[in-house]
Amino acid sequence: MADSFLLNGKNASFEPGQTILEAAGNNGITIPTLCHLKGTTPTGACRICLVEVAGARTLMAACSTPVSTGMDVRTDTDRVHQSRKLVVELLLSSGRHDCMVCEANGDCRLQDLAYFYGIKEPRFKQADEFYPVEDRNPFIVRDFSRCILCGRCVQACNEVVVNRAISLGYRGAETKIVTGGDKAYDESDCVFCGQCVQACPVGALTEKKAVGLARTWETRKIRTTCPYCGVGCQMWLHVKDGRITKTTAVEDAEPNRGRLCIKGRFGYDFLYSGERLKTPLIRENGNFREASWDEALDLVAAKFKDTIDRFGPDSVAGVSCARSLNEDSYQMQKLFRAVFGTNNIDHCART
Amino acid sequence: MTNSFADFAKAKLFIIIGSNMTEAHPVAATFVKDAVLAGAQLIVIDPRRSGIADFAHLHVPIKVGSDVAFLNGVMNVLISEGLYDKKYVESCTTGFDKLKAKVMEYPPEKAAEISGVSADLIRETARRLASIKPAMLIYTLGITEHICGVKNVLSCANIQMLLGNVGFECGGVNPLRGQNNVQGACDMGALPNVFPGYQRVDNPEARAKFQAAWKCEELPGKPGLMMPQMIDGLPEGKVKALYIFGENLANTEPDIRHVEHCLSSAEFLVCQDIFPTETTRFAHVILPAAAWSENDGTFTSSERRVNRVRTASDPPGKAKPNWWIFREIARRLGHHWESNSAKEIWDNEVSRLAPSLAGIRYSRLRNNGLQWPVPNDKHAGTPTLHGDGCFTCGLGVFSPVDWIPPAETPDESYPLLLSTGRRLYHYHTRTQTGRSKGINDLLGEETADISPEDASALGIKDGEMVKVESRRGEVVVKANVTNRVPAGMVWMAFHFREGCANWLTNPVYDPITLTAEYKACAIRIAKTG
Ligand code: SF4
Ligand code: SF4
Ligand code: SF4
Repeated sequence: MADSFLLNGKNASFEPGQTILEAAGNNGITIPTLCHLKGTTPTGACRICLVEVAGARTLMAACSTPVSTGMDVRTDTDRVHQSRKLVVELLLSSGRHDCMVCEANGDCRLQDLAYFYGIKEPRFKQADEFYPVEDRNPFIVRDFSRCILCGRCVQACNEVVVNRAISLGYRGAETKIVTGGDKAYDESDCVFCGQCVQACPVGALTEKKAVGLARTWETRKIRTTCPYCGVGCQMWLHVKDGRITKTTAVEDAEPNRGRLCIKGRFGYDFLYSGERLKTPLIRENGNFREASWDEALDLVAAKFKDTIDRFGPDSVAGVSCARSLNEDSYQMQKLFRAVFGTNNIDHCART
Repeated sequence: MTNSFADFAKAKLFIIIGSNMTEAHPVAATFVKDAVLAGAQLIVIDPRRSGIADFAHLHVPIKVGSDVAFLNGVMNVLISEGLYDKKYVESCTTGFDKLKAKVMEYPPEKAAEISGVSADLIRETARRLASIKPAMLIYTLGITEHICGVKNVLSCANIQMLLGNVGFECGGVNPLRGQNNVQGACDMGALPNVFPGYQRVDNPEARAKFQAAWKCEELPGKPGLMMPQMIDGLPEGKVKALYIFGENLANTEPDIRHVEHCLSSAEFLVCQDIFPTETTRFAHVILPAAAWSENDGTFTSSERRVNRVRTASDPPGKAKPNWWIFREIARRLGHHWESNSAKEIWDNEVSRLAPSLAGIRYSRLRNNGLQWPVPNDKHAGTPTLHGDGCFTCGLGVFSPVDWIPPAETPDESYPLLLSTGRRLYHYHTRTQTGRSKGINDLLGEETADISPEDASALGIKDGEMVKVESRRGEVVVKANVTNRVPAGMVWMAFHFREGCANWLTNPVYDPITLTAEYKACAIRIAKTG
């Protein structure tokens, strides 16, 4: 039996051990968060998820406060909203949030909150000194002027993918997300899984290869399966005009639960290589020349038929592809068995 | 895999053997690391101190190719000390007496001598393994890429059955598949002895069934050639015409010089691919294919999960989906296949012909796909095989095996052992990762990874060029001096044509699966110049 508590004046149920954030979510009330990263230890860093708890002197962080029986929680009071708005205004003034030129424009939690609270004019003095942008590596742009120090990237790197490449460094106004020894990513322990990018709620960490390719609202998301190893990670292809602009992991999907590795996340643009084979080729006098499908397929069919007529079906053989679709392998073995009449069909099953 | 990746996050004890997970299956490794942070125990058995070994409570650096001896030694302790699961062995398995007799020939001291780790470490491994139930065993190509690959696999199954760990969540025997769709290619019958769904070609009933479905003449009942036999069959004249779909055999197979000689003697070679490769150089006809996100279809992952692949864009130029190309060739030879899309192929043929896939239709493959067996439309899939210790085909059979050494071991002229594998940043022969922007910047060339002991004995410094030679060939690469590699061993990958380990590897095979012994051959190494 689940216990109950009061959520905005209504009875709501919760499981022992759940935080206010989780219990509210289960009861259909979304409390905004910036720093909270599912499955990791709450840090309570951003103060956006504050809620009112009857009897408590101060507002409480929903992400780290466990629910108790009979607790009277309000997520929607003026006091709550004023406090959240203030947090958003402070965050906006702490960085350079010129959304127009930000890669995250349209896909940014801070922008969403600013919009929700109708913040138009800066209320505080704008910070203007930042660590320089770091993008010496091929994949990830780190723009510290947009970093709200929520720590999600650190949680993702240390508690989700456990690559332990980054942490919160320095103190006070100097605070910065750093690699060991504050080196550039490409000189650090970073393995470029891009989990930090996926976790970043703003435009502080973005995909370098995606720069300039599309605004977030111009892309369509297509779900697919990673083409590399046998884990079979689920990913979104972000596509504009038939071109993949970036890929992200599908959150809450099996088997990868929002994770990818370097190959899945950054290994898609071979598709657009100028070296792709674009037309059938036939060898002639030691060189390849272009051919039509009809000519090439007629030749393949005729040669296989002729070989089988002369030497029997077992004189032909085929190697299928362990990278390609199930339907492709099915067709190939069917071709060899039903049409050519041989079981000489195999693939690199063993590597 | 008998189990699912979802178990990784929850398991209490892992035994990982011959699997460089953090590089070859990085996302799967993250779940193991998460579990370890949450308190799970981790035993890693690997000659190298692999990335995942950094998280291990016990790393057992056995000698390359000594797996059977080591595991027999561990089982010897489990039985001698009465630590195995007697109830499970009695009720769920058969052949225990034979297994016992065999592993009694491998007391820890003898196993220690062969595997190069101490008898105490073998005892400790056994005791730790028996201390938590169930334990999850994960292996990869470190087990299979040996002439005794099948014996290694049987040993893994033996020890898991002895511990009573097969048939439970967070237990089982779990090979991680290297390529995205190896599982699927096997399921689809791209194997010389089985039709789709593992129905044997030498079974007349299966043949009759497929003959009726495919409306073709009598199907051949004799199992066909395996890939290494096809390649060797070319110069022998046994195989006249070869059709290679998407594989870069000229780089991936052991002993490149030999393979290239074979390919060049083909009377007719068709290559169907998305890029020109080292292999297409030998082709008579090259057919341009659609790649991954340029067509609809399905992949089947290591955990038997069938999942959708969806179209994001058109293939370049005249390139066509692979299934279409095969259909067109069939049509030219008088076979008119009805199915005219990947969906129709799956729904109308695959799922009707393979009983374990009968309940899988495209309409059911939304979101997270389905894990076979899925025997009917209502079935929700099978995350764990052999549920609760009941094996699908009766009792679990112990298959006692003897250790044999690798085919080639270090000697006076070739004093070091070469073992090979994959690295994180690249995939196979780089036909894809090498053309994805940025990845070459992180890893642009092959290296020979060598221990500080051997490097200093040979006067080799980190980053110096070295010549690596085997009886088959030689390559010149940079030395990478690292304490992840034990003394006596050199480790390389096969991602680059230049310095590809397969100029050196030994074309000897497991007699049953014909898997090549990529993991062991003898070499010598010296500074160049
Ligand atoms: S890319 Fe991955 S390893 Fe590198 S910092 Fe981000 S999360 Fe950590
Ligand atoms: S880089 Fe992004 S995720 Fe990391 S602390 Fe800054 S805003 Fe948060
Ligand atoms: S993202 Fe990485 S771990 Fe996942 S399937 Fe792709 S290659 Fe494998």
